[in-house]
Amino acid sequence: MSEAVAAREVTRAEYCVIACAEAWRDAGEILASPMGLIPSVGARLARRTFAPDLLLTDGEALLVGLDGTVEGWLPYRAHLDLVTTGRRHVMMGASQIDRFGNQNISCIGAWERPKRQLLGVRGAPVNTLNNPTSYWVPRHSRRVFVEKVDMVCGVGYDRAAGARFHRIPRVVSDLGVFDFATPDHSMRLASLHPGVTVEEVRDATAFELTVPDEVPETRAPSAHELRLIREVIDPANSRAREVGS
Amino acid sequence: MTAEEVVSRLESGMTLGIGGWGSRRKPMALVRALLRSRITDLTVVSYGGPDVGMLAASGRIRKLVAAFVTLDSIPLEPHYRAARERGAFELMEVDEAMFLAGLRAASHRLPFLPMRAGLGSDVMRVNPGLRTVTSPYEDGETFVAMPALRLDAALVHVNRADRLGNGQYLGPDPYFDDLFCEAAEAAYVSCEQVVDTAELTKAAPPQSLLLKRHTVTGVVETPNGAHFTSCAPDYGRDEAFQKRYATTPWPEFEARFLGGDEQAYRAAVGEES
Repeated sequence: MSEAVAAREVTRAEYCVIACAEAWRDAGEILASPMGLIPSVGARLARRTFAPDLLLTDGEALLVGLDGTVEGWLPYRAHLDLVTTGRRHVMMGASQIDRFGNQNISCIGAWERPKRQLLGVRGAPVNTLNNPTSYWVPRHSRRVFVEKVDMVCGVGYDRAAGARFHRIPRVVSDLGVFDFATPDHSMRLASLHPGVTVEEVRDATAFELTVPDEVPETRAPSAHELRLIREVIDPANSRAREVGS
Repeated sequence: MTAEEVVSRLESGMTLGIGGWGSRRKPMALVRALLRSRITDLTVVSYGGPDVGMLAASGRIRKLVAAFVTLDSIPLEPHYRAARERGAFELMEVDEAMFLAGLRAASHRLPFLPMRAGLGSDVMRVNPGLRTVTSPYEDGETFVAMPALRLDAALVHVNRADRLGNGQYLGPDPYFDDLFCEAAEAAYVSCEQVVDTAELTKAAPPQSLLLKRHTVTGVVETPNGAHFTSCAPDYGRDEAFQKRYATTPWPEFEARFLGGDEQAYRAAVGEES
């Protein structure tokens, strides 16, 4: 299979895997904490290719190598302590996210009496003040990309007040990749997944998004990466359940 | 002790810490005994799972201190959600690490511990009582002063314990059960099996001895006492039964499974499978 042929057959979910994996490029010897299926495939792809020193967990209390070999112990208390060392890059979900990267997973509606109670703030406050925090949104819509989140769990740039260790490297959705590389750290369209237009993204976003004159396409996986995704990391194609084609 | 004896030492209005995490190693037999009592008006402090869901659904909680409530394999706890959406109790919503700092502060007999977590987030808005402190050193940085989470009583569940209160976990994660015990005036430990002290270290290393007897008030043997949450390696989560719990209206679940004692519960669960 040539690179060109492979590229034509790449699914949207596989572009999302690449976009997530890129979050951990050259990250060195830190813990990758992917939340959600496609970020998990992405982290393992990064570990197998361009971020070979990453640490990964089994989803519970163990640090494991690619073949499942246990190489360390990371129960919840140690995990929470590791966050404060900064040696971690987490990719969290977001029920709502705003223009400056404030994220909500706690509740919808007024916090005092929510219309819909969700998970709670979980570790979003500690994550965003201590280690790089990226986000993954499998269904980009105006209900998620909102003007103002109902409860700030993960802290955005406008509220971080220059906190020493605050950084939101990227937001990946099923439509594209976003970052905060603007003068006021508001969200910018960094790349579009092939087949997606700027208009589609604007229509699905409730706030004003910075769109550069030239928007690149999210890069395609190499033939080697595609083989790893399809045959080694996710042979059951569970990624297609999170993002359809 | 028996679960009923533990509950007889609890009172309405107490601040009660509950160990485990989400739907993992929760002292469910003790929670069920609590549900059989008339104790109410509780402040519950928990990395929340079905313990919180059940106590909230039956109206026992005046105030909850939590970072989340989840059933893990079922991300949103339906009975907790329903109670929260009808405004059934007061909530102190803090971050997971703030919660941990609160337990540590209590166990260290400190009024608070400083940390970055919480700054800039709405945790500060919804908890107007939270204060910040400024570093007295050159950096002058501002931190959240997470107040100690002092507990009147703690309930935790482990795999093994001796009669003196030395408690052992055999799974991969201790969660925060030792801290709950240290933060509490009185700590009650349920376990799968009470064994002689010498048995504890025959097959497991000494670092599995999580709970020290000086922090434990009473021990109860409750086989399957974490059901339907997990208690690795003795048993995993009863996913089928957890699904039943999550999809059954609370009054129906309560009548079917919680009307009688622990034996009746086990019998009712047995009829399900």
